[in-house]
Amino acid sequence: MREYALAGLQLLLVLALAPLLTGITRKVKARLNAKRGPSLIQPYRDLLRLLRKEAVLAPNASWLFRVSPYLIFTAVWLAAAIVPTFATDLGVSGIADLIALVALLGTARFALALAGMDVGTSFGGIGASREMMIASLAEPAMLMVTFTVALVVRSTSIASISEFLLTHDIGIRVSLFLGLVSLVMVAIAENARIPIDNPATHLELTMVHEAMILEYSGRHLALIEAAAMVKLLLYLSLISAIFAPWGMAVGTLGGGALALGLGTYALKLAGGAVLLGLFETSIAKMRVFRYGEFLGAAFLLGILAAIFLYVSQVL
Amino acid sequence: MICRDRASAGADERDFGATSEDGPPLGFLPPLTTIRQWVPVLSLLAAGLGLYGAAAIIGLWGRRSLASVYLLSVAAGLVLAVAALRHLVEAASPVSITLPLGLPWLGAHFRIDALSAFFLLVLNGVGALIGIYALEYGRHDEEPGRVLPFYPLFLAAMNLVLAADDAFVFLASWELMSLASWLLVLSTHRQEETRPAAFLYVVMASIGTGTLLLAFGLFSGGVGSYAFEALRGAALGPGKAAVLFALALLGTGSKAGLFPLHVWLPPAHSAAPSHVSALMSGIMTKVALYGLIRIVFDLMGPQPWWWGVVVLVIGGITALMGVLYAVMQHDLKRLLAYHTVENIGIIVIGLGLALAFRANHLDALAGLALAAALLHVLNHALFKSLLFLGAGAVLVATGERDMEHLGGLIRRMPRTAFVFLIGAVAISALPPFNGFVSEWLTFQAILQGALAPQWLVKFAVPVVGAMLALSAALAAVCFVKAFGVVFLGRPRTEAAATAKEVGGLMIWPMAGLAALCTFIGIVPVVIVDLLRPAIAMLLPGSGMALAQSSLIQLVPLEAGRSSYSGIAVLLAISFLTGVLVVVIHRLAANQLRRSAAWDCGFPDPRPETQYTAGSFAQPIRRVFGASAFAARERVDMPAPGETRAATFEVTLRDPAWEFIYGPVSRVVARVADRLNVIQFLTIRRYLSLMFAALVLLLLIVAVNQ
Repeated sequence: MREYALAGLQLLLVLALAPLLTGITRKVKARLNAKRGPSLIQPYRDLLRLLRKEAVLAPNASWLFRVSPYLIFTAVWLAAAIVPTFATDLGVSGIADLIALVALLGTARFALALAGMDVGTSFGGIGASREMMIASLAEPAMLMVTFTVALVVRSTSIASISEFLLTHDIGIRVSLFLGLVSLVMVAIAENARIPIDNPATHLELTMVHEAMILEYSGRHLALIEAAAMVKLLLYLSLISAIFAPWGMAVGTLGGGALALGLGTYALKLAGGAVLLGLFETSIAKMRVFRYGEFLGAAFLLGILAAIFLYVSQVL
Repeated sequence: MICRDRASAGADERDFGATSEDGPPLGFLPPLTTIRQWVPVLSLLAAGLGLYGAAAIIGLWGRRSLASVYLLSVAAGLVLAVAALRHLVEAASPVSITLPLGLPWLGAHFRIDALSAFFLLVLNGVGALIGIYALEYGRHDEEPGRVLPFYPLFLAAMNLVLAADDAFVFLASWELMSLASWLLVLSTHRQEETRPAAFLYVVMASIGTGTLLLAFGLFSGGVGSYAFEALRGAALGPGKAAVLFALALLGTGSKAGLFPLHVWLPPAHSAAPSHVSALMSGIMTKVALYGLIRIVFDLMGPQPWWWGVVVLVIGGITALMGVLYAVMQHDLKRLLAYHTVENIGIIVIGLGLALAFRANHLDALAGLALAAALLHVLNHALFKSLLFLGAGAVLVATGERDMEHLGGLIRRMPRTAFVFLIGAVAISALPPFNGFVSEWLTFQAILQGALAPQWLVKFAVPVVGAMLALSAALAAVCFVKAFGVVFLGRPRTEAAATAKEVGGLMIWPMAGLAALCTFIGIVPVVIVDLLRPAIAMLLPGSGMALAQSSLIQLVPLEAGRSSYSGIAVLLAISFLTGVLVVVIHRLAANQLRRSAAWDCGFPDPRPETQYTAGSFAQPIRRVFGASAFAARERVDMPAPGETRAATFEVTLRDPAWEFIYGPVSRVVARVADRLNVIQFLTIRRYLSLMFAALVLLLLIVAVNQ
């Protein structure tokens, strides 16, 4: 019973924190540009406003267009709930391991790209095509990071990865460092951040994510925006769960351990959001056809990390 | 003689007693068949083959016999599938029979064991569904007379390959399978592209059968028998074994479509009528892999570890190249056919891992890799048949295979679109469908590759893992493109705009395949149960594969290390979606308004402004195509005021043709030119040539003795 309660808590927690995380990032970016920036809770207001509006559909939009936002949101939401946040074992983590998590995000992306092509506009097509190209390199890079981590801890289950890293001293590993760099690059690309994509533009031909969802409005748009926010939270949780699991509650969960876990988790998220804002402000957007080099580098780093571990592994 | 080998001790004694009662064979004649025991599997096999035979004969009457041919094929498929399923569920011991057919001193050996029963189930189960589809689809064939006799023959030949227990029956059925499918490809001979495709197919098929013939010749040479039972214990020297392995890999690989032997596959598979394409792509390639598994895993003894590396690397390259080719296609059926190459690569990666693990006595891991490969055999048979049948439905409704002429079919053909979507998601290895389960298991096996002691294996496994990861991601690109361009957007031609949904006989079999894809995706352990006898037979030391799995969870090795629960993913997604829909519609807004598309304020009504298949693939062509296919784009933009049209041209070079087939065919042509002289000799010279040849052969014999 306690497990289910914790799982439910986890589901609600990721949902509640995601817009705030986006708010912090936006605020940091605005401040660095010497602007005041919107309030931290502006993303919540945006979502509520969109949810209350009517949805406008193109005359030829099919059922897929209407179903996709729900599917995208729940797939990303479920994936985010699987990643340990404040405690390692949250009941939900047995459903899917790290490989399945990557694939679950793949399902969401598949639905999003198809939705982008449904109405048959040129923007939808351009967004879908570019999103899939980015995914074609980012997804294998993430799988290679998965391999790296799984070889260190001999498990692909995310809960046991964090638990292992918390309870064992694995020393400093070159492979894990390469994996971290690779995962950060993937996270930037997958969350449509600068230098791959710009989350703030609408009318630029380099846009990817925003072009795909151009035809969406009202509650559908709210769901897709919320999914993007949850996805950002997911990647930050994942990076901290694998590379900085400190403070997470392990095993039997006492009140003190949970409080410590929640506190450190909040700090990690805030730190991640600030770093993201700093990074985005300090770098320029890339040309579309240099994505291949950026993501190819992430992929190669991932392969390199995995090969190091395979070769150094002994029976 | 009918015997159940490897049965309980008592049964053994009785059956082998029966063999000795028959005494040594009289002269060259095989022992007469005496039926001592009712063996349901063999009787059902005979009944099924009889039904296929009857269907083939009725098929000679042409169009009028259409319904009876396909109904008989469906009946035969059901009979055989039930027989195979029974054999698997009971985990029965192998049954074999020798019939006095074929070569007089050999007879024809047939045997059903767990491995052949699993492939028989895949073949006939999927074959029966395809048969139902063909009842309606077949009416749209241009020349049914060229399809009907050969369709049951093709199915029967594949069944015979799976049931064969000696090299002679195996090769004869293999060749029959090739020829029957070649004739089926030729049934569309009025289309321009069919004839070169069929020619290439028959050449490659002959080469494949030729290499297999050499392989079995080499194999039985030392034993003096063609029966698999005798070959199974044969001791081969390491050199001979390596040659045999290479020949077997070439022979079966050319039929399965391993890179670079795949060149015939996409043109031939896409030229055939769609239900035949489904059979060829979904099933015949698996029968070819059955040949590989039978020879390498079952018949040949202990093997060096580097064979596994060879198979693994070939599998990785095949998977990656297959999907890259597929992304570049704009013909729907050709895209699907190239994608078959990718999936064969995935299966072969599993087989290579199993070989490498087995050579290192890591039998439990070998069992995991083999389970992944065999599960993908079934999964690919299901979703590739589904997708080819879907492409056939689109072809019937619009007359088009070119994706650039389609679009918006989700509104005209909602049912076809729905089942095609399930197939597309499943083949892209996305949860909660079946393709993901087998790829996940393959990844789990790859993760264990670090345990192999050899450096080369340790190095090859992560590289192949990266190739597999890349090809899985590209598969999603490929099917977003296929589904998005064909079914979504606005219709690009009149044919697509006026398409009519196909009838129930075509929809229901596709729905059945889609349901199976979903079912295996959520409770894969049901199929794993059916696989276990085959794995236990091929890898006796592996214990029970995936022993800790349950209906709820799939656990490759130990609980806690990794697990996946398809049913939980499906339930969680459905539950959360349900809650979300209710909450949003109750508490927020539920109004909906239809209005013109926004498209950033400049919507253009012309369907040409949509992204096409070619433009969708452009980023991938830029990133991967430049190195894999030497892709070049040429834009010819007329100056302002000029009236000629602008053109855009893409050239792709196929590395398989460029570096392998091109040079080889040039050498063959040159040699043929030289040898041409021999055609115009006088009779005296011909006679002396024959005399010289005779002397040479006698010399060789003399030297050898």
